[in-house]
Amino acid sequence: MKQLLILFMLLAAGAQAQVAIKGGVVHTMDGPAITDGVVVVTDGRIAAVGPATEVDIPVGYRVLEAAVVTPGLIDAHSTVGLSGIYNVPADQDMLDNGGPVQPELRAVDAYNPVEALVDWIRSFGVTTVHTGHAPGVPVSGQTMIVKTRGTIVSEAVVNEAVAVAATFTPPSFRLRGPDTPASTRAKTVAMLRQELIKAREYARKHAEFDGEGSPPARNLRAETMARVLDGDLALMITAHKVRDITNALRLADEFELRLWLDGAGEAHQLLPAIKAAGVPVLLHPTMTRAFGSTESVSMTTAAQLAEAGIPFALQSGYEAYVPKTRVVLFEAAVAAGHGLGFEAALAAITSEAAKVLGIADRVGSLTVGKDGDLALYDGDPFEYTSHCTGVVIEGEVVSEIVR
Amino acid sequence: MPRLLLMVALLVLTAAPAIAETVAFTHAHVITVSGDEIVDATLIVENGRIKAVGPADKTKVPRDATVIDATGKTIMPGLVDTHSHIGGFRAADNSSPIQPGVRILDAVNVFDSGYRRAVAGGLTTLNVMPGSGFLSSGQTIYLKMRGITGGAVRPEDIAYLDRNGRVMGGLKMANGTNSMRKPPFPGTRGKSAFLVREKFIAAQEYMAKIEAADGDADKLPPRDLDLETMAEVLRRERVVHHHTHRADDVMTILRLKEEFGFDVVLHHVSEGWKVAEAIAEAEIPCSIIAVDSPGGKHEAIELRFETGAVMAEAGVLIAYHTDDWITDCRLFLRMAAFGMRGGLDRRTALESLTINGAKMLGLEDRIGTLEKGKDADFIILDGDPFSVYTQVLETWVEGRRVFDRSNPEDLLHAEGGQGVGRDQVPFLCCAGQGGES
Repeated sequence: MKQLLILFMLLAAGAQAQVAIKGGVVHTMDGPAITDGVVVVTDGRIAAVGPATEVDIPVGYRVLEAAVVTPGLIDAHSTVGLSGIYNVPADQDMLDNGGPVQPELRAVDAYNPVEALVDWIRSFGVTTVHTGHAPGVPVSGQTMIVKTRGTIVSEAVVNEAVAVAATFTPPSFRLRGPDTPASTRAKTVAMLRQELIKAREYARKHAEFDGEGSPPARNLRAETMARVLDGDLALMITAHKVRDITNALRLADEFELRLWLDGAGEAHQLLPAIKAAGVPVLLHPTMTRAFGSTESVSMTTAAQLAEAGIPFALQSGYEAYVPKTRVVLFEAAVAAGHGLGFEAALAAITSEAAKVLGIADRVGSLTVGKDGDLALYDGDPFEYTSHCTGVVIEGEVVSEIVR
Repeated sequence: MPRLLLMVALLVLTAAPAIAETVAFTHAHVITVSGDEIVDATLIVENGRIKAVGPADKTKVPRDATVIDATGKTIMPGLVDTHSHIGGFRAADNSSPIQPGVRILDAVNVFDSGYRRAVAGGLTTLNVMPGSGFLSSGQTIYLKMRGITGGAVRPEDIAYLDRNGRVMGGLKMANGTNSMRKPPFPGTRGKSAFLVREKFIAAQEYMAKIEAADGDADKLPPRDLDLETMAEVLRRERVVHHHTHRADDVMTILRLKEEFGFDVVLHHVSEGWKVAEAIAEAEIPCSIIAVDSPGGKHEAIELRFETGAVMAEAGVLIAYHTDDWITDCRLFLRMAAFGMRGGLDRRTALESLTINGAKMLGLEDRIGTLEKGKDADFIILDGDPFSVYTQVLETWVEGRRVFDRSNPEDLLHAEGGQGVGRDQVPFLCCAGQGGES
């Protein structure tokens, strides 16, 4: 009897994976928006996209409807799942006090997929998050990409290690950060250079090992930094001030690193340099508070990056207090209202974000073959008074909360 | 000499338009808040007050008026922020948990660039309060955003004054976790309430002694600034602005109000939706915050966008606040829009940014609506107040323009940019306070 029930549940779950979404307007982010569009999701992937007049909904599919349909949103940088809603030591795993440089810390060992804040951002349409160790110390650990679903981390993971998180700018909030020995800019850069040089040596020794005798000992720190040198992992450097951004570009140039410029509060002062370096920007939340290192943030920086042709994505960032997480939809909304405009703002949390994070083969647009990740709204997603009415991840309806 | 010329030029520039001038805004969409929205309206301002407002075809423009064509624009009352920390957030020090005699008046910096941000967001009246890390962190101050771009030097220059010429303000109080710290601060909720009750009883006894003295100076108790302020509260001459989040903390305030009798406005009220009926029955107004996510502290994990709608439905007078720096004063309109997202009707949403806040500060006769005789505090928008695509174009206080988006310096404060936040000091009350934030 119990087995039968399980079988039934499995069948039901399987049936639920076949879903079609009808939208008054469907923003595919892969070509022009479709009026009265349909997206068919079969076995978790997008099987068809087009006007309702041209796309048939297969028999037996569950049909969802909304005024506006977009790809599932991508938050290009967050710490949710490592930082939890209560903000007490028991649910804050985004910064370890053990030392200033700890690239060996994996996000996959710290991420809590059932964290309430993950549910919260998902209920606004966020389906993919680049999350992990936080800014605040010279190197805090690794980051990864997850879908906002699952009860165990393996069900959420898209890529369990995508970047190492470094911070070049004096942290705005030193609430839980360690009393780090890297208290100056120059020292921070020196420490990171030293680690990269050590990693280069380490990689050389391992490459040269010919199988005779005992192999060189493994060192997880050097191993991780070697992956950064390889370009296998990006180095995400949080840098706000002109000096800090310049330092990040210089370091990336010296070691030929794959750099993600994070935060970039004064990017508006360095547009040509950033463009010349060909470095993408994970721009600070539009509503970042202006003081200290972020004293020069502007709500128009996203528009300026777009105008300059610099690839960028928007993020919810890291918050130490209230709100404990921002919602990337809201950050994009304010950017949209401050010169970026609807299309580019939506791209910054869908198609462009996917490109910057290197996951455009799976997410970011409603394209046949990509993951069936969609967000449903009852109006312009950026309007304060609109609601997200449904969220689909790989064909599974993961949220029907109207929020 | 050139410097003198420059100064004269500056004075002339900052003084315009002259206060005696009559200005008529025509063909605007006017949200008076006191009545229905008027699609094609005329607003006439004279001597810092509203002279007339009404439909274009029924409102005569005086012959000598400067006419400003506001076609396509929306005009509504200046926004009232019932809870802000701009320009001053510390009054009490860490010596004791209850310090009602301390005034934020003595801490306000009128040159704080946060005021430029405030007017960029359309705020014209602010209740600036000391923080919540105390059972009482001191007296608050009601500020009018006049002269903040030049002219104001002392807090008194921008403060609301009562009939006796005294600076207006309430008393900040708090319960819940922010004020729970190491001794001499309370460590529990029970101790918090005990300490407050003890202080109120001391104030009652102080008042009794004064009454018994019957004017005899020799019999008067020594002046005690803390008890004097608590006595003002008990005489209902000073309203309590009470920080609170959890439903049980709200009920504690209701219990204290019942025991001692005082006027109180509840602030934040994250779990107010759980006890809306009780709040309504006690006739206590609530000033609400909506933040981008719940949590960040234990007592705010059940914060919801629906709070405003639920409380308004129960009959509670509601307003919103920025709690700037917790949320950005430039985006105050967004706060009530989030209330609408949670089910609040448009009319109450508009009231909650204007007249309802004015009522909570006892300023409803002067501000909060666009009505004849009220202060000419209003904002000009390029669209619907609740749209993300709408910008505040101009902010006027007492008939003078204090923010003009077409002015590059004003625009810098509105959008942000190089160096603009240099003077800003972070104030996120109680963040990181022993991990028990």
